[in-house]
Amino acid sequence: MDVFLQQLINGLTLGSIYGLIAIGYTMVFGIIGMVNFAHGDVFMVSSFIALILFLLLTTWLGLSSIALALLIVLVLTMALTALWGWAIERVAYRPLRGSFRLAPLISAIGVSIFLSNFVQVAQGARNKPTPPMLNGGFTLLDQGGYAVTLSYKQCLIMAVTAVLLLGFWYLVQRTAFGRAQRACEQDRRMAALLGIDVDRTISLTFVLGAALAAVAGVLYLLYYGVVSFSDGFVPGVKAFTAAVLGGIGSLPGAVLGGLIIGLIETFWSAYFSIEYKDVAAFSILAIVLIFMPSGILGRAEVEKV
Amino acid sequence: MSVAGINVLVEETRARQAAARAPLLAVRGVSAYYGSVAALREVDLDVAEGEIVTLIGANGAGKSTLMMTIFGSPRARSGSITFAGQDITRLQTHEIARLNIAQSPEGRRVFPRMSVYENLQMGATLHAGRYFAEDLERVCTLFPRLKERLSQRAGTMSGGEQQMLAIARALMSRPKLLLLDEPSLGLAPLVVKQIFGAIRDLNIRDGMTIFLVEQNAYHALKLAHRGYVLVNGRITLSGPSRTLLDDPSIKAAYLEGGHPVPDAAGQPAGA
Repeated sequence: MDVFLQQLINGLTLGSIYGLIAIGYTMVFGIIGMVNFAHGDVFMVSSFIALILFLLLTTWLGLSSIALALLIVLVLTMALTALWGWAIERVAYRPLRGSFRLAPLISAIGVSIFLSNFVQVAQGARNKPTPPMLNGGFTLLDQGGYAVTLSYKQCLIMAVTAVLLLGFWYLVQRTAFGRAQRACEQDRRMAALLGIDVDRTISLTFVLGAALAAVAGVLYLLYYGVVSFSDGFVPGVKAFTAAVLGGIGSLPGAVLGGLIIGLIETFWSAYFSIEYKDVAAFSILAIVLIFMPSGILGRAEVEKV
Repeated sequence: MSVAGINVLVEETRARQAAARAPLLAVRGVSAYYGSVAALREVDLDVAEGEIVTLIGANGAGKSTLMMTIFGSPRARSGSITFAGQDITRLQTHEIARLNIAQSPEGRRVFPRMSVYENLQMGATLHAGRYFAEDLERVCTLFPRLKERLSQRAGTMSGGEQQMLAIARALMSRPKLLLLDEPSLGLAPLVVKQIFGAIRDLNIRDGMTIFLVEQNAYHALKLAHRGYVLVNGRITLSGPSRTLLDDPSIKAAYLEGGHPVPDAAGQPAGA
């Protein structure tokens, strides 16, 4: 029971991070029908930006309040990563819009390779550690030597994910921007006929996706205390899987998918073997997709034409 | 004098006045291509304020292309398009829409996974909700059917209802010029009558300027003040609707169940 509870907490934390990245995949896929393979690397870049900013603030500028430093790091990282997201769309994807379908996909893979190599060359290939921060937590259960703990970091990660999901859901469902975004998703040409600047809406979608990846990047750094240039790939693929599992195009689906992948991974590691955790996660994905091809919260297409 | 007689007088006066002023929309020598295939060749066309102008022609004549070329996609490769005195030939689609031209396009293109209400909100994009309540009331009066269905997903409605929604959505932007592309396509005769009645109301009551593209030549010419005939991307005939209705070549090609058979020179059979 105690092991179960602990793994549940760990799994939800990991799943939250996947979920935040998955929102970026799902929004971009929703609006331009493209898998942004570079999104995982944008997440990795944001982790590095956060690391550099954190060291700048605490070591160089001597900021002593960790909480304040984290807040500044979060805001600046979101802004800088959003800029990356915007630039990538502008340089690598927009010129290819209207080209054949695979062109932007290939371009995205190119951007992904570029980003991980760029960081490798600029920052070195070794893992970059951060000083430990936000230590401590709550002890929920303590029987027979196995203590179930919920750390402050885990609380923060889950709370931030929940708040952002609610915020984004509101943005997409209830605001004029969200409506414009959904309109572009359903019929770009018609949206333009109604006066929507489609290119701008797509740009903003990339900016928002990157900003969310940045939040995930900061939380990832905070949680693991270490980041490397290759950290974009595996979390990126898992988050993409999460988006597909939850039903691509659906925001709550992305987070739900993230949580499921996170839970499968941690439970498999705890009860079976850690080496096969990814096999387990992806097998479940395959099984779910066989029976529910549009994902758990995906929409079945029933429309009159 | 009968009411119908007065209406005819009013319409004729309006048409004369309209012709005297500078046109609201002027298409001059416009050619457009899909790749290397010419879809429009040297098209000249005017729509004056307060008019209903119709463009008739067979399937594939280029009617919908002209509608989209007015909105910059596909862009005119030569010639010019001016709206309210401004050259719009090189503007982007959304910039043209922001000048207050609205279109109910071919195939209706309602947003299927949005509610009727949200579709109408999308129509009002230009005004950011300023006149929304008032305009919602207005389009619901014009199409009472929509009022009962505000929360329904647009994709689940019938073809006629979707057409009403497409027109209502276009009206939500308070357009100076309304482009309607085949509003009668695929609809039951009774629904067509309803929709054409609404179009007439808009023009007479609100003075709405309307450019109507139709395959249903008879209905369109009955409704419009003036008409143009498009064959293979070229305007072959134009004039007051009444004249066109009596034109033997039009009768043969479009009105008596016949279909135009364009020959190599692009002329309709019987022209």
